[in-house]
Order: sequence, then C-alpha cells, then structure tokens
Amino acid sequence: MIELTCVICPRGCRVKVSDNFSETTGNKCPRGYVYAIQEAKEPKRILTSTVKIEGSGLKRLPVRSNSAIKKELMMEAMEFIKAFSVKGPVKAGDIIIPNVLGTEVNIIASSDA
Amino acid sequence: MENYDLLVIGGGPAGMAAAIEAGKNGVERILIADRDVRLGGILNQCIHPGFGLELYKEELTGPEFAGRLIKEVSMQNIDVSPETMVVSLEENKVNNTGIGAFTADILTPGIGVRQISCDAVILAMGCRERTRGAIDIPGDRPSGIMTAGQAQRYINVEGLMVGKNIVILGSGDIGLIMARRLTLEGANVLCVCEVMPWSGGLRRNIVQCLDDFDIPLRLSTTVTDIKGDGRLESVTIAKVDDRLNPIKGTEETINCDTLLLSVGLIPENELSRELGVEISRNTRGPIVDQNMQTKLPGVFAAGNVLHVHDLVDNVVNEASKAGRDAAKYLKDKKGSNRETMDTGEEYIEVIPGKGLVYALPQRIAPIDNSTGAVSDSKIDFYFRVKMTMEDKYIKISQGDRIILRRLKVFMTPGEIEKISVSADKIQSKEPIYIEVEE
Repeated sequence: MIELTCVICPRGCRVKVSDNFSETTGNKCPRGYVYAIQEAKEPKRILTSTVKIEGSGLKRLPVRSNSAIKKELMMEAMEFIKAFSVKGPVKAGDIIIPNVLGTEVNIIASSDA
Repeated sequence: MENYDLLVIGGGPAGMAAAIEAGKNGVERILIADRDVRLGGILNQCIHPGFGLELYKEELTGPEFAGRLIKEVSMQNIDVSPETMVVSLEENKVNNTGIGAFTADILTPGIGVRQISCDAVILAMGCRERTRGAIDIPGDRPSGIMTAGQAQRYINVEGLMVGKNIVILGSGDIGLIMARRLTLEGANVLCVCEVMPWSGGLRRNIVQCLDDFDIPLRLSTTVTDIKGDGRLESVTIAKVDDRLNPIKGTEETINCDTLLLSVGLIPENELSRELGVEISRNTRGPIVDQNMQTKLPGVFAAGNVLHVHDLVDNVVNEASKAGRDAAKYLKDKKGSNRETMDTGEEYIEVIPGKGLVYALPQRIAPIDNSTGAVSDSKIDFYFRVKMTMEDKYIKISQGDRIILRRLKVFMTPGEIEKISVSADKIQSKEPIYIEVEE
C-alpha cells in the first residue's frame, strides 16, 4: 500500500494506492485516480536546468526535458547536464542532449539564445 | 520628444499581452519600455514548468511561455525599448499644445534621457520581493542573505551558485521552487521554515520540491537571529505561537552559509503613486474597473503591479482586457475632450465582505451595451479568501438582492478565485458585496 498526496488540484487529497497498482482510496475525483496510480507505479518528473552557452547574449541557456523522466534518475541526469556547454545561436526546441541516460527523453532548449 | 499613442511600462507577460491586444484593436504607436536587456520579465528566470496549462493547454517553462508572447510582439509594429527605466511619469494638465496627455522621462544607457509623450499608459511594472529589513530579522549582517528571486536570477541567468548549505524562510512558491533548484545544483537545503501553520505554496510544489528531496518543512517556525562574520555562519529558528510571536525555549541553531527569504511580494507602484493613481490598501495595487482602467482616465494596470498573481495565464487574460480597453479609450478620445469622459459618478463600488482578503475590480464602470462587445456582457470578479475553506458558498449581492450564489468546493488563500457574472444581473447602482456565506 503506497500513500501519497495528489497534486492535480489544491485539495491535495491523501490517496492510498493498492500494492498491485489497480485501486485507490482517498481521492475525491477521477483525475486523482489516474495521477495516483502513475505516481505510485513509476513517479516521473519534468527536469529543468540551465547549461553554459557561448556565442550568445545569454550566459546560461535554460533547458528542459521534453517529457517526464523517472524521478530516481533526476540527480544523475543533472550531473550529465552540468557537464554540457553549448555554442549559440540556439532556437527554443533545439535538442541539446538526445536520449538522456537512455530514457528516450531529450533535453531541449527552453528559449532562443 | 517622442510621441506615442500608448506607453506600456514593463515588458513581462502583462506588458506584452496588453501591448499585443492594444495593437490588435487598432492602436498604432505603442512603446514597451523594460528595464532588462530583453522582454519576458520575471519569466526569463522561471526556468521550471507549470506555465500555460490553462491558456495553451500545455505545460511550458517560463521562457517558453514568454517566447510565445515575444513572438507575437515582434509580429506587430510595436516599439520596444530595453534597458530602459521610466524615471518619471506625469499628466499634462495643459492640453492645447498638441502634446499628449502624459509625459514620461525614460533613461537608457548609451542613449541617455528621452521624453515620451502619450495619450494612454499601461502600468505593468510587476512586483518586488520583501527583504530582511522589511521583516526586521535581528542579528549580524553578513553576506549570504538574499531573497529567493534574487538567488533565482543569480543561478539561472548569471550562472552563479549562491551557497552550499541553505536555509529558506517562507514556503511560498518561490521558496519551494528554489529549494528544488538548489538541490538539483548540488547544494544542501537544510530546511524550509514557514511562520504560518500552513504553506502558502501550491500542493504540487510541496510534493515536487520538498517531498521529492526529503527537505523538511518546519511550520509555525521563523528565523529569530543571524550570526556571521563576513559570511553567514548560522541562523537561529524558533517556533511561534498563534500570534506569530517566537516561543522562548524553542530555539534551535542551524549552521548554514545562505539564507533565502521568500516572505512576500509587493506590487511596484512608485510610478503609479507619482502619477496620482489611487492605490488600494488591500491589494497594494491601483483601484481599477472591470476593464482594468484606474481612477485616472487613460491609465490602465495589469499583472503583478495590480495584485500578486499565482498563474501567469490569468495575467495574460487581465492584461488583454487592459489593452483592449486602452484601444477603446484612445478611439473614443480622438473625437472628444478628455475632461468630459469620466465623471466617476456612475461607477458601482465592489466591496469584499466576510472571508475575503480582497476582490477585484474594486468598481464597475457603466456598461456599454451599444457596442455589443462580448467583454461587456460579463464581469469577471477575482478574489482571495482569508483562510482555507471547504464546501462554502460565495454570495454576490446588491442591497437585498442576491446576484449570484455559488458553491466552491475548495478555496485557499494561496490561489486566486474567479467568478464571472453576467452584466445584466447588475441592475442598480448600489454597492456590490462579495462574501463567503456562513
């Protein structure tokens, strides 16, 4: 039984998820069910950070994962991102690091630079 | 003297959205003045996701959201003056010299001082952060103490790491976001202290910024002393009672090198006050009508300068109203004398009642039925409640007559509430009361 807080709306229901990830109790709406199952089974997060950029007016280029990666990979992905440096110019959406840590998620630029 | 129809002060999401909408509605000469080197305002440093969920149905980062507006600005014929401070703003009382109704002195490095004349102004200056001095934390005054937004700028824009062992005071969203940011960059965030018995931040941020990284949240706790010679060395935290006074004997010393403050945002209205715009005490922003026009005709306000927002999507909606109404004002003005345009007599007062911290707009302008404009057919009220409430009714009434009664399943001070009322429900000039029903 996993217990977690739903973040879909401000109510923040405390939700319990069954061990086989099929049932929930405590959620006051069906969106909470979807969220809680995913969060209990495989919590994922969108990762954002900045990388050093040269040849641009900006000193740092904001980057983001284009979709959520497994929560437990976040710190390791950060180590990888921190080592990166980019040359401008860059457009928002450009892939900076493809398939980070083999997750099939790309780290992309968040803004032009 | 450079002549414009509309001067927009601030090029963040509010200023940009207002300028875009004014341009779409026929205003020809628009100038956006912003103090930074580029448009985007505070969004440029908010590199985290969560923006645009309502407006674009996508989860964007701050820079991505800003990018959408920046692109729209560039597609219109809107002048932008970056690195520019508006240092003074005045009304021109003498109107027959061909000069516009307002004059602004603007200062730009490399260019110097310029004078701008315009017939309408949109105030979109945003807000600033409350500092240590404002909340009187006693103790030494070493380096390593800064506001959370300041730290965010250093890290995300300047590429500077602010410290290694961090204490954060204030569990509003900025403090929570920075707790995560610092942890991801390798710092050790020791705790987040919050003087209230609950956090002011979004539930999503508590989970994704604190719980995810096992960062303790110390409620009913504040910082009571600071020690450091040159650089911060430790802070003393203590529990507070229900009057928010520190409780003797509960003190704890935490060794740290950085203290981040996330203790409140204050709308930045120096220019508004200088211009003579009346400011509301409970929003700390200008008093406006449903179209975001202040009590000074031709002057509009939107975004954090008007009231501190939680969602940038709402800022764009609000600023769009200001831009649209500024366009209408300028069109109406072309054929008439400014003195005859607003007597203020027919405005209906809006009063926040029981349970509310504030309600916007604070007054309703006479509704123009002749244009058939959609925007005039409904009025959006925005308000904040004093404490978290479940299953309560919001009642909007005029005199004895109830205009609207709506069940709100969940309301909390940290989230602005919105209720739309059809304009034809407002049937008299009596003040409108908005309150929580017992």
